[in-house]
Amino acid sequence: MRDYDQVIMPTVASPDALLDQPRLLLAPRGRLLGGVSAGIATHIAVPTWAVRVAFAVLVPLQGVGVLLYAVFWVILPAAPCSDQRRRRGRGIGHVLVFGVMVAVTISILSLWHSSTQILVLGCLGGVVIGGALTFQQADASMREQSISVASPLPWSGVGLARTPTTLLRWACGGGLVLAGLAGLLIVAGELTALRSGLIFTAAMLIGVVVVLGPWLARVLGSLRQERYERIRSQERAEVAAVVHDKMMHTLALIQRRAGDAREVSRLARGQERELRTWLYKPASAPDQQLSAAMEAAAAEVEDSYAVTVDVVVVGDAVLDPALAALVAATREALLNAAKHAGVANISLYVEAEPAIEHPVVSVFVRDRGSGFALDAIPPDRHGVHDSIMARMRRHSGQAELRTAPEEGTEVRLRMPLSTSGQPYGGGHDDPATR
Amino acid sequence: MTIQQPADSQDLPRVFLVDDHTMFRAGVRAEIGALLPVVGEASTVAEAVVGIERTRPDVVLLDVHMPDGGGPAVLTAIRERGLSARVLALSVSDAAADVIGLIRAGARGYVTKTISAPELAAAVRRVAGGDAVFSPRLAGFVLDAFTQSDPRLLGQDRGERELNVLTTREREVMRLLARGYAYKEIASELFISIKTVESHASAVLRKLQLSSRYELSAWAMDRHII
Repeated sequence: MRDYDQVIMPTVASPDALLDQPRLLLAPRGRLLGGVSAGIATHIAVPTWAVRVAFAVLVPLQGVGVLLYAVFWVILPAAPCSDQRRRRGRGIGHVLVFGVMVAVTISILSLWHSSTQILVLGCLGGVVIGGALTFQQADASMREQSISVASPLPWSGVGLARTPTTLLRWACGGGLVLAGLAGLLIVAGELTALRSGLIFTAAMLIGVVVVLGPWLARVLGSLRQERYERIRSQERAEVAAVVHDKMMHTLALIQRRAGDAREVSRLARGQERELRTWLYKPASAPDQQLSAAMEAAAAEVEDSYAVTVDVVVVGDAVLDPALAALVAATREALLNAAKHAGVANISLYVEAEPAIEHPVVSVFVRDRGSGFALDAIPPDRHGVHDSIMARMRRHSGQAELRTAPEEGTEVRLRMPLSTSGQPYGGGHDDPATR
Repeated sequence: MTIQQPADSQDLPRVFLVDDHTMFRAGVRAEIGALLPVVGEASTVAEAVVGIERTRPDVVLLDVHMPDGGGPAVLTAIRERGLSARVLALSVSDAAADVIGLIRAGARGYVTKTISAPELAAAVRRVAGGDAVFSPRLAGFVLDAFTQSDPRLLGQDRGERELNVLTTREREVMRLLARGYAYKEIASELFISIKTVESHASAVLRKLQLSSRYELSAWAMDRHII
């Protein structure tokens, strides 16, 4: 049996403590704009404000600060972020703030430079912002979406991920880049001389689009097709692995032992459980979550004694030593029921009661089997005293046994929850606490 | 479709089977055929609707997972045609989202396909009598989904709030159901009559069907238990 007393409680730690040298990423949290400063600060382990000051100091120097920031923003990968809410609906606002920053920089620069240079800088800024927009770096979720759909070409995301925001973003970004480039050209050369050139370029572009359009569409189509194929074949391989390794094996065993009804039902039950877990449940570790630990204990008893344990878990809690002892006591109770009750069905009910002053985890193990007279516990059932009652008492829990001959048995266990193992509701997030 | 009826079928609820697995239908028919009259069976939604309209059963045993619209389509058809048949959902313990969908579409209860024949017959009788049938897992789901105290509930008017919260007694009944107690055992445990237990269960079923608790569907989507 696993030694649950060795379980180390997961603690909340800053990202720095988790990794020796955090990767250089856009910080998902504690960001003002794109998370560049916070990301760099995390990476080189200095306070975020220091990096921000550095950027601010660099701004008046020919706008280097703004340019640097923009470059970082565009090329740094976004940190994976689990918090959906934070990821949404902030990109546009940030771009606006960034635009204001650029404008401020330009007006500062105009004190030193001629208007032409300012114009050039402005156009450059436009190109940079436009590029940032089209690469969708500002919004991590959008970016992930487009890249996951559209690899290997970043821009093919436009053709595939056709959400209105993506299109708008792309149109704005593209417009800014074109305007910026045109502005640069116009400033660089003479407007009149350039006009015919611009018209020529536009005509060329249209021609290219007309010629290459269908081909591009075909390429995108086949890319998408290929991607779906790949996903499908991966899925198929995974299913085949499960079906082949597990189910076929079990079916072969069942055929071989067709005469042994007990063994057949044990095999079938075990396989059913495995398949169900694979199909429906996200795997959670039995050494971390109360519910997973209870289910693992029930599965173990099911496998060893060819009984069915109906497990119902309400709420959940992080496993600590006391709860691990509770799981061990529950396992003993299940084993007793499987060994002595003489029935094929045991009910296990676990409830981690949230939202009360003294949270408690209650466990009920019940069978409708032979039962026994409490004062005449047979010698081989010392397990009740040692492994259930005593174990519960050691961790300041309670155990109660209700039984009578021919009336089944119910073991009731109660374990107070320590503050570290606060229960939480069944799998759904409470928005009020997030 | 053969119709086999025990001699004293007057008071017994007449059962109609809907399941796309022929083998399973045959198994259920063989098991409960001796206990209850099975008046017909169907393997598709269309077949089921026609059959139920023709045979007018008291209880429809409905598989959760069926092609062409599945269980909810049958429930909708029964409701739209004004048929009196009550529905008991039968499932191989699938995703909670499906079972909750079926209950909210009007099924009077839910049991797993591993249930024993006498227990299934008892559940059918209970549903025919207008009561609710909870499997331990469904009871556990109800407890879980209705446990969270949600600040949003405070703003609701009284009638609405009552639908979204379980009474102490209802909670006790659900807890015992989740612990594997039968209605009779719950009645003696709580010192109340079986009728009272049944009315508590029916009240919870009603809440499950009408409650606007936002968790219900979200929870079911999150955890694919039941």
